[in-house]
Amino acid sequence: MAILAGAPPAIVPVVFERSPGYWATVWRKLRRDKVAMAAGFVVLLLVLLAVFGSYITPADPFKASMLSRLKPIGTAGYPLGSDELGRDMLSRLMMGARLSLFMGITPVLAAFFLGSAIGILAGYAGGAVNTAIMRTIDVFYAFPSVLLAIALSGALGAGITNSLISLTVVFIPLIARVAESATVQVRGREFVEAARASGASAFTIVRVHVLGNVLGPIFVYSTSLIAVSMILASGLSFLGLGVKPPQPEWGLMLNTLRTAIYTQPWIAALPGVMIFITSISFNVLSDGLRSAMDVKQ
Amino acid sequence: MSPTPDDPLVLVRDLRVTFTGGRAPVQAVSGVDLTVHRGEAVALIGESGSGKSVTLRALLRLHSPKRTVMEGTIRVVGQDVLALGGRALADYRGKVASMIFQEPLLALDPVYTVGKQIVESILRHENVSATDARKRALQLFERVRIPSPERRLDAYPHEMSGGMRQRAMIALALACNPQVLLADEPTTALDATVQIQILLLLRELQRELGLAIVFVTHDIGAAIEVADRIAVMYAGRIVEEGPARTLIRAPRHPYTLALLQSRAHGALAKGSRLQTIGGSPPDLAHLPQGCAFAERCRFAADACLATQPPALELAPGHQARCLRTEATAAAANAVTAMA
Repeated sequence: MAILAGAPPAIVPVVFERSPGYWATVWRKLRRDKVAMAAGFVVLLLVLLAVFGSYITPADPFKASMLSRLKPIGTAGYPLGSDELGRDMLSRLMMGARLSLFMGITPVLAAFFLGSAIGILAGYAGGAVNTAIMRTIDVFYAFPSVLLAIALSGALGAGITNSLISLTVVFIPLIARVAESATVQVRGREFVEAARASGASAFTIVRVHVLGNVLGPIFVYSTSLIAVSMILASGLSFLGLGVKPPQPEWGLMLNTLRTAIYTQPWIAALPGVMIFITSISFNVLSDGLRSAMDVKQ
Repeated sequence: MSPTPDDPLVLVRDLRVTFTGGRAPVQAVSGVDLTVHRGEAVALIGESGSGKSVTLRALLRLHSPKRTVMEGTIRVVGQDVLALGGRALADYRGKVASMIFQEPLLALDPVYTVGKQIVESILRHENVSATDARKRALQLFERVRIPSPERRLDAYPHEMSGGMRQRAMIALALACNPQVLLADEPTTALDATVQIQILLLLRELQRELGLAIVFVTHDIGAAIEVADRIAVMYAGRIVEEGPARTLIRAPRHPYTLALLQSRAHGALAKGSRLQTIGGSPPDLAHLPQGCAFAERCRFAADACLATQPPALELAPGHQARCLRTEATAAAANAVTAMA
């Protein structure tokens, strides 16, 4: 009893800096990750290209010329050569960033909201509701993503909107599963019981504690899907189910240039290189985000 | 209905908690009576699986309603806890009775600052502004003696030390001025020097705020330090209950005696073997007909195996559920004489 019997122990006033917020901490950790920062820089460039690309193209990306078809890389006036209709590859690649990124990000964003909602609902409700929702999800999950995307796009008909819808449907099960397992995990954690013990309603627990702990991981997982979405969207365009010519989109360009693969293999590969750079940048960035957002437990 | 000051704040009668989730129903608590008055601290002690945590959680109805059957009476500050539903139950939790958890690192949400969690709890129960709630949180932090409280409010749980976190947890539990504080092994996760500080803090808060405290512990030392009364639980029943000093000096249930003898106390000669209790606790899905401890008890007689021993009032406030209290008393006296 003697420890605190007398005066309370003197508290030495120490001047602390204010504790930084969550996102400030994440940013600080992310900045130390050189690879992720490089990937982030590439992503930023691509986004800028997507927004402003059409204003800064050196040539008209739609202007065809029968005389200058499949010029090799480095030809005067065609820094990255020309395609099978004699259009400037550099301009088309720059402009293609817009549609390709749009096709990569939009379905993932839509699936992020819908899939999270479905997964959190299933995970928190548990029991029969969980079984009903998750088994339905499993049916979709059982199809290979490419097959499902092609089947849906084929059924809905070609076009950008329809391929966005089909890609969203492809991603919802993936995200819902991650959301469900994260929610189940959080639901069993002691702080949820502690919240209940301090009078929080089920709605408050979902809104504050489940969302707060689950959205981070789902978000990170979703960013890694952007690359997949881009590739799938390119695949749909390649098959003629997505973007229609003459719109420049990397997947479609890959498709139309495939005939040139024996004559100008480097040019035919260029859209693929863009897809590769974009998807790897998103993947590396999301990996970096994942480790930066990992709050010490 | 306003309870008079003399009414007990916690009144538990014949509480039975059965978990029905598994193959066979498990009788985790089978007939617990407990009374706690204002300004009184009661410790529930016993080994793992004795039902002490289950009893504590039952007081807040934290068990899953789907897989738990609760019978008996629980009255806390005049409210029939088992009859509360939905909104009323949520209002009761945290406002009338609140709980301190064993491991504050797990019981605090890692993605919010501690201050935000306290403010959240205050706003849930009281109609005050966020600014006032934060002021109250700051006062609470001062009250539980957290150094540089202003800064600590903005800290995340993982940024605090263990003792600090438990203080924050206590502040969170006290946020809405509850009358009953439940503590589930509040010091088990802490190191020894911090344990005593937390216990003394609890004791001090209890005196100043007139709280009724029910706490669960493995640690008899902690129980003696804080509790006015100790209830020893075994296989879902309180086998002995009495004033802390009486219970320690003159145990009358063989299990209490065995527990006391099996700790490493000061009188233990160097090199001598620590006494243990042989055997293991009974399967709660198949409780024996007679005394649950009889199988491991050195004083057990045939009568012990036949029926459940009734509670025997040995002195005012000191009860034991045992047929062989005299044999136990003799053995206890022998031990005391030796020491």
